[in-house]
Amino acid sequence: MNIGERIGLSLGKPTRNAFGEALRDLADEFPKLVVVDADVGNSTRTQWFGEANPDRFFQVGIAESNMVSMAAGLAATGRQALCSSFAAFLTANAFDQIRMSVGFPRANVKLVGSHAGISIGEDGPSQMGIEDLALMRAVPNLTVLCPADAHAAAVMTRQMLEHEGPVYMRTGRPKAPLVHPESPDLRLGRAAQLREGGDVTLIACGLMVAMALEAAEDLSADGIEARVIDMHTIKPLDEAAVIAASRETGAIVTAEEHLVQGGLGEAVAGCTAANAPCPVRRIGVQDTFAESGKPAELLEKYGLSAAAIVAAAREAMALR
Amino acid sequence: MPQTNGAAPETARLEEIRKRLAIWSIRMTTKAASGHPSSCLSASHLVTALYFGDIMRYDAANPDWPQRDRFVLSKGHAAPILYAALAEAGTIEENRLMSLREIGSALEGHPNTRRLPGVEASTGSLGQGLSISLGMAMGQRLDGAGARTFVVMGDGEVDEGQVWEAVMAGAKYGVDNLIAMVDRNDFQQMGAADSVLPLDPMALKFAAFGWRVMDIDGHDWKAVLGALREAKVADGRPTLIVAHTKKGYGVTRILEDPGNKFHGVPLSPDEAETAIQEIENA
Repeated sequence: MNIGERIGLSLGKPTRNAFGEALRDLADEFPKLVVVDADVGNSTRTQWFGEANPDRFFQVGIAESNMVSMAAGLAATGRQALCSSFAAFLTANAFDQIRMSVGFPRANVKLVGSHAGISIGEDGPSQMGIEDLALMRAVPNLTVLCPADAHAAAVMTRQMLEHEGPVYMRTGRPKAPLVHPESPDLRLGRAAQLREGGDVTLIACGLMVAMALEAAEDLSADGIEARVIDMHTIKPLDEAAVIAASRETGAIVTAEEHLVQGGLGEAVAGCTAANAPCPVRRIGVQDTFAESGKPAELLEKYGLSAAAIVAAAREAMALR
Repeated sequence: MPQTNGAAPETARLEEIRKRLAIWSIRMTTKAASGHPSSCLSASHLVTALYFGDIMRYDAANPDWPQRDRFVLSKGHAAPILYAALAEAGTIEENRLMSLREIGSALEGHPNTRRLPGVEASTGSLGQGLSISLGMAMGQRLDGAGARTFVVMGDGEVDEGQVWEAVMAGAKYGVDNLIAMVDRNDFQQMGAADSVLPLDPMALKFAAFGWRVMDIDGHDWKAVLGALREAKVADGRPTLIVAHTKKGYGVTRILEDPGNKFHGVPLSPDEAETAIQEIENA
């Protein structure tokens, strides 16, 4: 059974596909947009833009460092330069270029990391970006995005291009359950509440939003009403939404397809600790590399499941 | 522009400017009690020629003019000579120069494009400047205004793998409005560049990667101006000028030990006064 299927969610396109289609479709509207690729455009889906706009697409080979700094140079001439690779290679291989060529000068560069998380499956740990959110959060001036589904990815691709300044957006490989209607009213930096509840708050991003909705249904069956928030913008964090969740529900569970260190969970925990302390339980990859396997098997084995979120919610509620 | 009869009057004028920039580099770093004066001096002919030798097209009063040629100092530790050139050109006020490296000053230890007009890129993390310059040159080509990007790298900087990524991409796209220079002063932080990591034959390596290369004496005005003028005549390839230079050019105290002792080390006030007199009297 697909994620979210038992609560009536249908499977949408992979977020990388929705991003790639949106990018292609926005080419005319954003004439200053150029794309640089490091030989994975057919995976990250920037190839679709490149096929339609060959004069605005630069293929620089398997060379992420040059790709990122070159994009910064293109941006310095008044362009929006987008570059993408697998999240792991983009953010880890080219981290210093993102830090110094993009973040420090606030270059108008858009970075898109695909194949994020462990749900890429069989290709294994070398290809899995599970530290990208931590790395990108650590760079001042960067906005960090993680759309939950194809509808969100399409809208956020546009907003990323409308935003003046550096942005990192994470996309995934597998088809993602649709948690948003078409053309959802999402705004960068503003949390999207998908379910109301006063007993506990589940704050998730990416693929884990659908699992949080599943968990909320399971909790509801036991009389626990969970608020569910899609925190599609990891940075700047919607602190008001987090503080309200803490004050109004008194317990928080975060869920991300990312290491527990440095990502959404730590961002939320940092916010509550400083402003409105409450128990925060973090669902994510627990300080380990994963392995090859089928996506569903991996998500289960590494504790990224609705059941794990339910258990964490009960623990967090018991601590308050 | 007035015609000069032969090269002599022009080079005499440029040499006077170069000496001023060299002296500023020493004064600024000595006052800051930190910095890399020796790395400024080796690049002093290149920087002077670019800004004042009728090589770059720019408007000093309007540093954001979209059609300008751009200069990226990829070896960002030579920032003082860039700042001195911007002051000489009139882009920044000369009275700011002595604030080098002070808290609150936009004249940071390495160039910060967000804080100082005329600084095209924030450099200091070696290896990124050539890629940034490549992107700029490609953007200029898309603009179609015929503008160029000039970049000065250090020789040790060429150790960085990213440089070669950019070299390959520049050749692939035939970015012939990109003109790179290596300030080949033969020293990097831990000593002689070729003992740290052999770089030769540098020009041949770039040529093998598809670049037009020139190998010159970086302290010979005729050679420097000739190479830059030739490089401006596009031939479908990016250009690399290997400029052989001396770290601490013009200052005996540094030339005695340009390796470990004077990398990233300013002159003492007494040494600085001696060095300035030596430059003025040369």
